Amino acid sequence: MDSTSPEPSLYTVKAVFILDNDGNRLLSKYYDPELYPSMKEQKIFESNIFNKTHKADNEIAFLEGMTIVYKSSIDLFFYVAGSAQENELMLMSVLNCLFESLSQILRKNVERRCLLDNMEGVLLVVDEIIDGGVILESDPQQVLQKVNYRADDNPLSEHSVAQVLQSAKEQIKWSILK
Amino acid sequence: MIKKFDKKDEESGSGSNPFQHLEKSAVLQEARIFNETPINPRRCLHILTKIIYLLNQGEHFGTTEATEAFFAMTRLFQSNDQTLRRMCYLTIKEMANISEDVIIVTSSLTKDMTGKEDVYRGPAIRALCRITDTTMLQAIERYMKQAIVDKVPSVSSSALVSSLHMVKMSYDVVKRWVNEAQEAASSDNVMVQYHALGLLYHLRKNDRLAVTKMLNKFTKSGLKSPFAHCMLIRIASKLLDETEGGHDSPLFDFIESCLRNKNEMVVYEAASAIVHMPNCTARELAPAVSVLQLFCSSPKAALRYAAVRTLNKVAMKHPSAVTACNLDLENLITDSNRSIATLAITTLLKTGSESSVDRLMKQISSFVSEISDEFKVVVVQAISALCQKYPRKHSVMMNFLSNMLRDDGGFDYKRAIVDCIISIIEENPESKETGLAHLCEFIEDCEHTVLATKILHLLGKEGPRTPQPSKYIRFIFNRVVLESEAVRAAAVSALAKFGAQNDDLLPSVLVLMQRCMMDSDDEVRDRATFYNNVLQQKQKALNAAYIFNGLSVSIPGLEKSLHQYTLDPSEKPFDIKSVPLATTPLTEHKTEMTPISSSKMPDKLTPSRQDIYQEQLAAIPEFQGLGPLFKSSEQVQLTEAETEYVVRSVKHTFARHMVFQFDCTNTLNDQLLQKVMVQMEPSESYEVIHYTPAANLAYSQPGSCYTLVRLPEDDPTAVSCTFSCTMKYLVRDCDPNTGEPDDDGYDDEYVLEDLEVTVADHIQKVLKPNFGAAWEEVGDEFEKEETFALASVRTLDEAVGNIISFLGMQPCERSDKVPENKNSHVLFLAGGFGGGHDVLVRARLALADGVTMQVTVRSSDETVVDIILASVG
Repeated sequence: MDSTSPEPSLYTVKAVFILDNDGNRLLSKYYDPELYPSMKEQKIFESNIFNKTHKADNEIAFLEGMTIVYKSSIDLFFYVAGSAQENELMLMSVLNCLFESLSQILRKNVERRCLLDNMEGVLLVVDEIIDGGVILESDPQQVLQKVNYRADDNPLSEHSVAQVLQSAKEQIKWSILK
Repeated sequence: MIKKFDKKDEESGSGSNPFQHLEKSAVLQEARIFNETPINPRRCLHILTKIIYLLNQGEHFGTTEATEAFFAMTRLFQSNDQTLRRMCYLTIKEMANISEDVIIVTSSLTKDMTGKEDVYRGPAIRALCRITDTTMLQAIERYMKQAIVDKVPSVSSSALVSSLHMVKMSYDVVKRWVNEAQEAASSDNVMVQYHALGLLYHLRKNDRLAVTKMLNKFTKSGLKSPFAHCMLIRIASKLLDETEGGHDSPLFDFIESCLRNKNEMVVYEAASAIVHMPNCTARELAPAVSVLQLFCSSPKAALRYAAVRTLNKVAMKHPSAVTACNLDLENLITDSNRSIATLAITTLLKTGSESSVDRLMKQISSFVSEISDEFKVVVVQAISALCQKYPRKHSVMMNFLSNMLRDDGGFDYKRAIVDCIISIIEENPESKETGLAHLCEFIEDCEHTVLATKILHLLGKEGPRTPQPSKYIRFIFNRVVLESEAVRAAAVSALAKFGAQNDDLLPSVLVLMQRCMMDSDDEVRDRATFYNNVLQQKQKALNAAYIFNGLSVSIPGLEKSLHQYTLDPSEKPFDIKSVPLATTPLTEHKTEMTPISSSKMPDKLTPSRQDIYQEQLAAIPEFQGLGPLFKSSEQVQLTEAETEYVVRSVKHTFARHMVFQFDCTNTLNDQLLQKVMVQMEPSESYEVIHYTPAANLAYSQPGSCYTLVRLPEDDPTAVSCTFSCTMKYLVRDCDPNTGEPDDDGYDDEYVLEDLEVTVADHIQKVLKPNFGAAWEEVGDEFEKEETFALASVRTLDEAVGNIISFLGMQPCERSDKVPENKNSHVLFLAGGFGGGHDVLVRARLALADGVTMQVTVRSSDETVVDIILASVG
């Protein structure tokens, strides 16, 4: 029995990962270098977790010696993993913050395609919530403010027109300056 | 528009991933546009995302290509696009380990971290600290200090967290920022508070006084952040644990007050901290349990899970404290989250009454296949505990376990089940046959060699004594035909035991043995040949010595002795009796459950305690001629717990000598002791021949000194003796802070408690798995019998305990357990006496007014028998 309390530390989160509904990795971050150091181990771990969680939407599970909280949305699965002694509610607050922030950025379209289209925003959000395993921020509003990223919903065609115009302008400016 | 529609249509298929067919080389090719002027933020952003995505997918980047891409990326700092800049920071962090010369961006990052754009500052600090090493850290130290106390929360948080990451690398530099961190801790922002507290604790955790002060300050000031509160609770409970502070301490009050916090996270943390405290009384647990009870009905699954998991832990130590929650737990049995349901049921199994067991077992078996292995192990452990509590329920449990054994599962899970079945078999003789039958069935299809050999060993031990031993032969011989070498060898040994014990089976076993002699593996063949020859002799004594009770020597000891023997060749054959006997591991009954997380414990063969002592003693020149170490006793306290000096002694018995090891600790921080030795005055004809003092004994650093004593040679029956002990030493006073001693000292002495040598110090515990066979083997040549009345003893249990501890012998055949409601009991003890003589003791106990004991002693040497009887009398 682990009567000794865990060493007090800010390192709360061991891993965060987002999988699609086939269990493929879209984004993963491992914060504990001792935990699954190789890519192969990480992917095996992810697929184990996926196989045991994707059928039932249960929010929390204890797998491979870790507490794992998770959430699914349409064709996406979000996971936050922490040690067995970790406060489950802390992990939950990280997961909630991640989900809320992403759903704001993606304008409630929390699904695979939209997530991939706005990958840079997703990467920035994860970076603002957790830094090296330490919870940096848990309030979605604060995260959004810091990331300051807007999903781009301009259709591709329009956008390229604007782009052409923009680059033409720049080029003219440049030639004048020369 | 049509084109767009087409595209959508195509993408809605399974492979709609813009990153799907990314080629690393193509992306790196594209990265060349980083060098174009003007910078196109959109396209560059997209390429950076692709690079990070590839890295995240596990794509390997070579150093050269990574460095090239990294250097190209540095150009993007010229653009003022916010998102692009942020992605640059991310790329820097991702590439910090794979690219060379990443420090080239230091100046750009330093500019961003001190610039006007608040959006850049935090992330820039974090990226900068990721690429900084100890030497560079000095250069940015000034900026870091400023950033820690910055008014912008994100900047301050980033600086604090980055400092925390760097503590591992350059503790000495970060330590200098403690004042800034202190200032940050009083910030209004909740996250800054939390991060500052974390950093402060990390810097001070080795200084208990500083931690106490810090706790005092923050518990009074009342932090706003729930995270910081949780951290404070953890620090407080750790401090309580270390100082063994009573539960009346203000720290405990603080933790308890957190049970009334508004935030569930804090309440749960506090409850969990209280539950995990060692020696908590039921009254102290009550408030924690009642908040957990409230959480049980929460709509949030995570909260229910957390609550029931913690309650489960409470139930292990204090089942009665959880009884109040039984109703709430009952509701959770049908929870859709199987983890919660399993935990609820296993908790109820611990707290519930015998009558509810059947119902709960039925409930859990309905979904046991849906839960993860980790929880299946929890279920098995709960069942195991239950069997100890309600032995009458073993048939229900056994059924359930056998069903579980048939399901799929990993090694840990199967091992837990097998261990559980074995323990049930040992506890309940009437369940033996069903249990063995289930295990037989299991090894028919078992992929785990360790488990198969374990079960075969058990079959060999228990099978021959069942009413129908023949039915196990088939299962065992199947193994010989089908399995790997290790299992085949184990099966052969098991077969031999059947042949040795059951005369009517012997001819068939011999036939099977002869078949095994044809095996392709050396070990299997060797064993078969050996057993075949032994069995053909049909001699009870041979069977007992070579089949039932194997070698009882310590393996490292045997290795050492053999090595020694090969080093100086002599005409004499190797004497197995000179090898130290194996110390039987203390068989503690594991009532306490191992936590599910620690199931990955490494199973290594650790050298026994005695082997360690042997090593230590052999290193001292005076003790080299003593021969092999025969036995080392448990530690004996020679002082009170709270005195100036703490001395413990271990008695090491050799063939003709004894060595007393004194482990001394000096608890006075203003004294340095030198030339410490313990003077001993024997009461009998023992002779002290040498003292080995401990040269120095500094404050709280334990040291050992030794005393060598010769056993009386003319009187082998003089096995007990009392020594009066005095510790003598030279004191040098010293400065408590620096530890610098004065130049001159003075002699002093300290009287210790008396040390006794008893018969138990001369007897090594030896486990004879088959006592009856061993009894016949020794024979009745030197058998002696005497009857004693133990007037002062009231129960059989007490008598058994006294005899075992007095003689220091190993109880066999589980005869140390007295069945309930019996008036008589037979205790079997086995041991090895110095000089390699086996000693067996059979004690018949009868409870009347006091306990009457008839002791029968057998040994291969008459003196030994006399010694034992004399010492009992």
